[in-house]
Amino acid sequence: MSTLRQYELVYIVSPKATDEVVAELHTQVEAIVGKFDGRIEKTENWGKRRLAYEVNRCKEGTYVLELLSGSGEMVTELERRLRVAEDVLRHLVVRVDEELHVAERTATRRAETRKRRRAARGLPPETPTARAPVEAAAKEGE
Amino acid sequence: MAGKRSGGRKDSKKKDDRGGRKSGLFRRKKVCRFCVEKIDYIDYKDARMLMPFIPERGKIQPRRLSGTCATHQRKLQTAIKRARQLALVPYVTD
Repeated sequence: MSTLRQYELVYIVSPKATDEVVAELHTQVEAIVGKFDGRIEKTENWGKRRLAYEVNRCKEGTYVLELLSGSGEMVTELERRLRVAEDVLRHLVVRVDEELHVAERTATRRAETRKRRRAARGLPPETPTARAPVEAAAKEGE
Repeated sequence: MAGKRSGGRKDSKKKDDRGGRKSGLFRRKKVCRFCVEKIDYIDYKDARMLMPFIPERGKIQPRRLSGTCATHQRKLQTAIKRARQLALVPYVTD
């Protein structure tokens, strides 16, 4: 029984590859994801970007980002295929669900603390554009 | 190098004294940028956000220089390392 997890996949396609090759890679990814009962939540093509360093004698590359949900087996298969693909310079799969969950939790906790403290000080519940007090304090200290 | 830096620190202290500061040792407290801006998730895909923490050489700036809190430095570290793998940010620059 495999659980559904969220992943971010970014891969860099060689600048020599045509748009068709990029589209072909996307359909391949789609096929693998479909085979493992996963889902593609979002696809983003960042276009050609300069690389920070040379990879396989290429100075730029086409970045494609895919947000996926699926099982771990799906990721192993994806990684295997991407490693073999000739036009893919680099790829990275990151599991994001836990990190996003933690971020969300800290955000809600902070909102709750703020609400409680405002109540303790006898202030009205919330003003949407309250200036960050830390920022003001930092300016004063200068 | 460490010796040189501590020398510089002493000088700056003197300067503050001349400036008429009441306390002998005055250094503005650094605050964590991510705490101030309330950023919970440091995205490795956003190279522009990571750049201020990567000096010319391409190294990750230490906490003692940037003032980042421990939690965020840890998150920043993984974000930079991921961005490096994707060639968004350099490993080294000479």
